[in-house]
Amino acid sequence: MKSDGTLLPEILRGDKTKLLAEWVKQQMSEAGATGRISDEELQDKSREFLDGFAEAAQHGNLTDIDAPEWSRVREVLADVSKSGARQGLSPAQTATFVFSLKQPLFSRIADKATDPAALAAQLWSVTTLIDQLGLRTTELHQKGREDVIARQQRDILELSTPVVKLWDGIVALPLIGALDSERTQVVMETLLEQIVANSASIAIIDITGVPTVDTLVAQHLLKAVAAARLMGAECIISGIRPQIAQTMVHLGVDMHEVVTKASLADAFTVALKRTNRKVVSDRAPEAPRA
Amino acid sequence: MIAQRIPILRIGTLLLVSIQVDMDDQTAVLLQDDLSAAIVKAGARGVMIDISALDVVDSFIGRILGMIAAMSRILDAQTVVVGMQPSVAITLVELGLSLNGVRTALNIERGMEILRAVGDEGTDVADSS
Repeated sequence: MKSDGTLLPEILRGDKTKLLAEWVKQQMSEAGATGRISDEELQDKSREFLDGFAEAAQHGNLTDIDAPEWSRVREVLADVSKSGARQGLSPAQTATFVFSLKQPLFSRIADKATDPAALAAQLWSVTTLIDQLGLRTTELHQKGREDVIARQQRDILELSTPVVKLWDGIVALPLIGALDSERTQVVMETLLEQIVANSASIAIIDITGVPTVDTLVAQHLLKAVAAARLMGAECIISGIRPQIAQTMVHLGVDMHEVVTKASLADAFTVALKRTNRKVVSDRAPEAPRA
Repeated sequence: MIAQRIPILRIGTLLLVSIQVDMDDQTAVLLQDDLSAAIVKAGARGVMIDISALDVVDSFIGRILGMIAAMSRILDAQTVVVGMQPSVAITLVELGLSLNGVRTALNIERGMEILRAVGDEGTDVADSS
């Protein structure tokens, strides 16, 4: 009986089908562990993992899972963790995928090893290995979650800066939500790009949906206005609520150089006037003729 | 190395400067000299500077643009800067150069409209005197 972990390759070479069945059963029995993954998928993933695991174990390297021979196992783990993260499984549930392999493996090792000291050594080497793999799963799971969050942040950033065309040469940018430096940068870039794309001469920035305006936000707004002016478009800021007007005055924000209007409708009227247009009623006026 | 000269085109009483190369400091200074001479020579009423091909500016170029505008005003010519790229506009604003005395337009067409309006005003004054 050798005690350097060579039992594992032998076990994995042996009754793989039976081991797989036992492992899958173990995974099913762990409460809710695989709740949202279908049985077939679980079976597939488990088989894939076990194949890779057996292959890697043949190399005899049971301590360093970053070694090249473990690459296949790492791939399967990454796959399982990422899909787990996307499906909203908890890190514990994802890690159970690996940890549940302990039970069937240990029972086999216990069957084969007779000497208690050797048994302990065997168990130790396998348990270290499985723990490493489990930790890796958790890490990958975390990373999967972070990817999801990053993607959502990006989506929010893009969704939050729609530039709408109101008329030929008039675009509007309805801002909703708090403005921070990063968002303002995106807002400014989108606005300027859309000014070029629509060859707009007037841009209306509507801040009805901006909850608070402090000096920083005001400064950002003024920067956007200045940049638009440099490109040859005039900016109108609309949707200034009474409280915000008061705050701006109290803060001493200088809005002299910008046309400001209380509502988007007012701003639009100004924009039409500036581009020599006006809105008339379709019905003929009934005023008495002079 | 000889600094590049930017051509100044004359259209009636308008001067058109189209910057198609990367501006270095010397080119900018040369442009300033050439342009002031050309305004006087042509008796120009309007100057249009097209910077649509310019995608990098620094504070010096920004300042030169402002100075060209101020100089033209003294020589009784309106300056319109047309076709500024979004990235250039953001850079200038971040540098604190909002070119307050300079008129701007989105493209040459709009720029012409502005200069024509200015030119008409001038004629009115001349006629009525």
